Amino acid sequence: MRIGLRTGGALAIQATDLTLAYQQRPVLWDVDLEVPQGVLMAIVGPNGAGKTTLLRAVLGLLQPAAGEVLIFGQPYASQRRRVAYVPQRGSVDWDFPTTALDIVTMGTYGGLGWVRRPGSSERARAAAALTEVGMECYADRQISQLSGGQQQRIFLARALVQDADVYLMDEPFQGVDATTERAIVELLRALRADGKTVVAVHHDLQTVTEYFDEVTLLNVRRIAGGPVERVFTEENLRHTYGGRVAGIGGRAMGNDLESAS
Amino acid sequence: MDVLGGLFVDHTLRTVALGSATLGIVSGALGAFAVLRRQALLGDAMSHAALPGVALAFLMTGSRAPLVLMLGAAIAGWLAALAIIGVARTSRIKTDSAMALTLSVFFGAGLVVLTFIQRQPAAGKAGLDKFLFGQAAAMLESDVITMAAVGALGLFALLALWKEFKLLSFDPDFAATLGMPTRRLDILLTGLLVIAIVVGLKTVGVVLMSAMVVAPGAAARQWTNHLGVMVTLAALFGAAAGVLGALLSTTAETSTGPTIVLVATGLVVVSLLFAPARGVVWARIRAWRSRRMLALEAVIADLASLAAQHGSNATHPHDIGALNAVRGRAVVERALSELAADGLARQHDTGGWSLTPRGLAEADRLARSRRAPGVAR
Repeated sequence: MRIGLRTGGALAIQATDLTLAYQQRPVLWDVDLEVPQGVLMAIVGPNGAGKTTLLRAVLGLLQPAAGEVLIFGQPYASQRRRVAYVPQRGSVDWDFPTTALDIVTMGTYGGLGWVRRPGSSERARAAAALTEVGMECYADRQISQLSGGQQQRIFLARALVQDADVYLMDEPFQGVDATTERAIVELLRALRADGKTVVAVHHDLQTVTEYFDEVTLLNVRRIAGGPVERVFTEENLRHTYGGRVAGIGGRAMGNDLESAS
Repeated sequence: MDVLGGLFVDHTLRTVALGSATLGIVSGALGAFAVLRRQALLGDAMSHAALPGVALAFLMTGSRAPLVLMLGAAIAGWLAALAIIGVARTSRIKTDSAMALTLSVFFGAGLVVLTFIQRQPAAGKAGLDKFLFGQAAAMLESDVITMAAVGALGLFALLALWKEFKLLSFDPDFAATLGMPTRRLDILLTGLLVIAIVVGLKTVGVVLMSAMVVAPGAAARQWTNHLGVMVTLAALFGAAAGVLGALLSTTAETSTGPTIVLVATGLVVVSLLFAPARGVVWARIRAWRSRRMLALEAVIADLASLAAQHGSNATHPHDIGALNAVRGRAVVERALSELAADGLARQHDTGGWSLTPRGLAEADRLARSRRAPGVAR
């Protein structure tokens, strides 16, 4: 699986010793994250495990207390244009007065520089991305009139327009209908086929094996990480969720977190 | 009407109208972003907090030049914003309480300094108390020129950084991942909010200025789903409220600020009620129509199923007592009379009802479209 390493190329993402705390409470503790190029990786863990925080730290939206993030072996600031971000759908106000196409066009802003407005070529790229997610009929729709799944696809289209190499997605499957879920899975596979790397915060343990190549199990610390078939075991899950995985009894608390990867 | 006529001959009136239009355009357009970014209360805190700035600027310079007073107001407003952010960040006090605290402290300080100034000999001429509730009649040409210049600066910045401000308002995290300096843009956009406020302080007054920042944007939002249209409309609404309010207050000799604000509020109320897509009235009408349509369809379906039970003769009359019991007499009666008017149902001499052949066909069509909702969509 570790194609990137074998061919001598850098890892798509390499985060080392990431530590981040709000007030006194650690949210991420000494987390290493290694994402080879061209894989689909899920980040899995219970609520409050720091999954979103990890993504945001990789993206430079949060300043870690310690640790370092490299994208293709370089600091993030120099690799910004190679990274696209799909935030949680709930993180924005969908009553904002604008259309689906306009939101997708925002994905081109990074390449425009100051002051310049998006023109017809930017809108054409945005329209093409809308088609890729099957939303071309909704281009002129006010965004509040879209369903949750459609809003999610708008966000994905916005990331596609960025034409990045690494895609960081925060719960892309959350609250979407079955049609959208299938569409997103196909999209992820198409990205992988193009050699892109995707890291997604994921909640549905049932589908991890089917959708993803690699998985990182996170609960403040990194519990385990690597190819799904090797890492996604019941024992690792129990360590991650502190014994609260369905079918496993007991309410083991923090001491389970001590188990190393 | 003589007020409108006076616009063209009376120099003072013209100055007042021009100035109020300027302030309306500037505060409306820049305020629209404050509405979208949920900074309405911040605007209120900042406008109240501008009072000590105005008073101190006068005390220190002895000048009443509009630019000097505006600068004082802007600095005080800024300090208030910083105080709010600082208190919210470093203490356990939440933003809303931090705003209330800052607002009252600054406003109180402003009133103290103002009283001090009023007690000075020859200070009556300062007329700074007008800054509380505003006075359009006191507007001078120099005021209008300063307002226009400062406002133009703000509008130019808004247009130049349009896409940056739009993205910052919609999704600041995404903007940051694109490499936009969101911190600095945020400061700049809040700076534009300060401009929106100080531009109208002398005309509208610190107490009510925030309404002029918020109301046009809130009204405009009801009419459109496009940011550009919204900001343009907000500017127009602001100008309309400004001119109308100022002229009304000049002729009726009421306080200018409150009058302008009442006009602006009127625009908001009308927009909330009657704007096509979002207006309350239209929403009610739509809901009422769809309820009536559903009742019609339900009664057609009921009659069709009664007919089906009857076998061979589908247009045989039926007693509608059962329908009345299930759906309510008034609903059924209204539906039946509408169906009869459309020729879909008829009442027999016995008093019973049945669908006409056309009604049966309609019932069939409705039943099929219900079964295959994909088609209806």
